[in-house]
Amino acid sequence: MTAETTPARAGQPNQGRPSPSRARRGKLLRHAVGVAAFLLVWELAARAGLLPWLPAASASLARVAELAFDPAFAGDLLSTLTAAAAGLPLAVLVAVPIGLLLGTVPAVEETTRAIVEFLRPIPSVALIPLALFFFQPEINAKVALIVYAASWPILINTLYGVRDVDPVATETLRSFGFGSAAVIWRVSLPSAAPFIYTGIRLAASITLILAISVEYFVGGSGGIGAFLIQASTGIGADAMLDVIATLVWAGLVGLAVNVLLLRAERRLFRWRHA
Amino acid sequence: MLEIDNLTHVYGPGSPNEHHAIDGLKLSVAAGELLCVVGPSGCGKSTLLRSIAGLIKPTGGEIRVDGKLVRQTPDNLAVVFQDYSRSLFPWMSVADNVALPLRRRGMDKRQRREAAQEALESVGLAEAGRKYPFQLSGGMQQRVAIARALAYRPSLMLMDEPFGSVDAQTREDLEDLVLKVRGHHRMTIVLITHDIDESVYVGDRVVVLSKAPAHVVGDLKVDLPAPRDQITTREHPDFVRLRGEVGRLVRGVDAPAATA
Ligand SMILES: Nc1ncnc2c1ncn2[C@@H]1O[C@H](COP(=O)(O)OP(=O)(O)OP(=O)(O)O)[C@@H](O)[C@H]1O
Ligand SMILES: [Mg+2]
Repeated sequence: MTAETTPARAGQPNQGRPSPSRARRGKLLRHAVGVAAFLLVWELAARAGLLPWLPAASASLARVAELAFDPAFAGDLLSTLTAAAAGLPLAVLVAVPIGLLLGTVPAVEETTRAIVEFLRPIPSVALIPLALFFFQPEINAKVALIVYAASWPILINTLYGVRDVDPVATETLRSFGFGSAAVIWRVSLPSAAPFIYTGIRLAASITLILAISVEYFVGGSGGIGAFLIQASTGIGADAMLDVIATLVWAGLVGLAVNVLLLRAERRLFRWRHA
Repeated sequence: MLEIDNLTHVYGPGSPNEHHAIDGLKLSVAAGELLCVVGPSGCGKSTLLRSIAGLIKPTGGEIRVDGKLVRQTPDNLAVVFQDYSRSLFPWMSVADNVALPLRRRGMDKRQRREAAQEALESVGLAEAGRKYPFQLSGGMQQRVAIARALAYRPSLMLMDEPFGSVDAQTREDLEDLVLKVRGHHRMTIVLITHDIDESVYVGDRVVVLSKAPAHVVGDLKVDLPAPRDQITTREHPDFVRLRGEVGRLVRGVDAPAATA
């Protein structure tokens, strides 16, 4: 309200307080400085021969760029991303309803708690053999495992998000005569949405981890995990270059996904950051 | 319309924090009546309201609305909660907040929007519909909560200190708004307030509750000429007499008959 009536805020940056865009530029600059310093140390360390197996930063980055135009690598990257992108929405579809159920019906939550607490700490990567046994062809096993692993953070966040719903808000809707289903749909779910979204963001990085892990475990059939295996079976500096360039790509993809999701988060849940 | 018989509520019975909030409260409210409830802070007023709304199950006694025992929320009820800011849905615009309950009224989208806008205008927030609750001041949020209840056109409206956060001028406007709406739509209203003058000004009747555990210690009919007016009504000798009586009941002091 006051923002509309004080024109000073909208136009030129006022003294003493940096404008939002300038603050942002400053932050980006600091990020860039950090990355540059890291690359410099890497370059110097490699050239000085401190780590004999380590290719120089410049050579690695050149390889990163080359890989983008390598059809074999591009195909592998695409297949990893496809599996991750297929798994995430499925995980949402599985985990959100279960989380809602557990969060709204304490009896169900108590009955299943022991199982949940038992299953949750099992590293999903350890389930790869089991998944390969139950799901064939291999792409199914990959997606199944992604769905399984990505479901956990979504499930847990939904559960806590729903529990955190303000009772006054649910009572308000109830007092107007709405039933339980309407209360869940119109109050619990939207109120828990920011938590659920955070779960989805965590799950997104898990999908990449699982996709690459399964690919690496199985080898032969595509994905950047498989590309890694092939690269590492080669010999000499070239193999190491490929391995590092692949890792950089995995990191870049993960970063890009997270940044996009964070942006959307700020937009979607502006009402939370009052 | 509303009968409360021997209502008792104990929070955490048997626990070390056991608290007797209400004890043997009897009260009945006629259809179309505007009843004000006053009582000391923490005496159990909100507990009473939540029991009537079917939001908590009292540990004893009976509440009937239109002759029907309250087990769940009675039909055609609207509540203005004391925690008004928590009762607004932060993810919805102000207009959507007001319009949401109207889904229960079988209105289509356009009707809901119009009714919401009309209610917002009536509380002086014609321009606020597109904003979000966090963009409003406390007093404005409180008025949104009132608008939401009014738009619903309930037959029973429960208001828990509904004007606590607004300035004096707005408060008077809202008091008059409640009186006007009540006249037009024949609602039964139970209004909790800690403002003694307000209880006499808007009420057809004022009920005074005791300290916890709450029971009725005074029940006064307010026979002030209608329509009420913020200036003349408050000057009326009956107004002055009644506010004195209510004040003494709230403080637990006897009438000054014995003073020399
Ligand atoms: N959920 C609860 N559990 C335990 N005790 C409670 C609970 N809710 C209220 N109480 C207690 O019951 C008593 C009455 O509470 P209530 O909210 O009804 O008072 P009130 O008359 O509305 O007070 P105020 O004027 O401050 O709004 C208080 O002492 C409070 O501490
Ligand atoms: Mg209260």
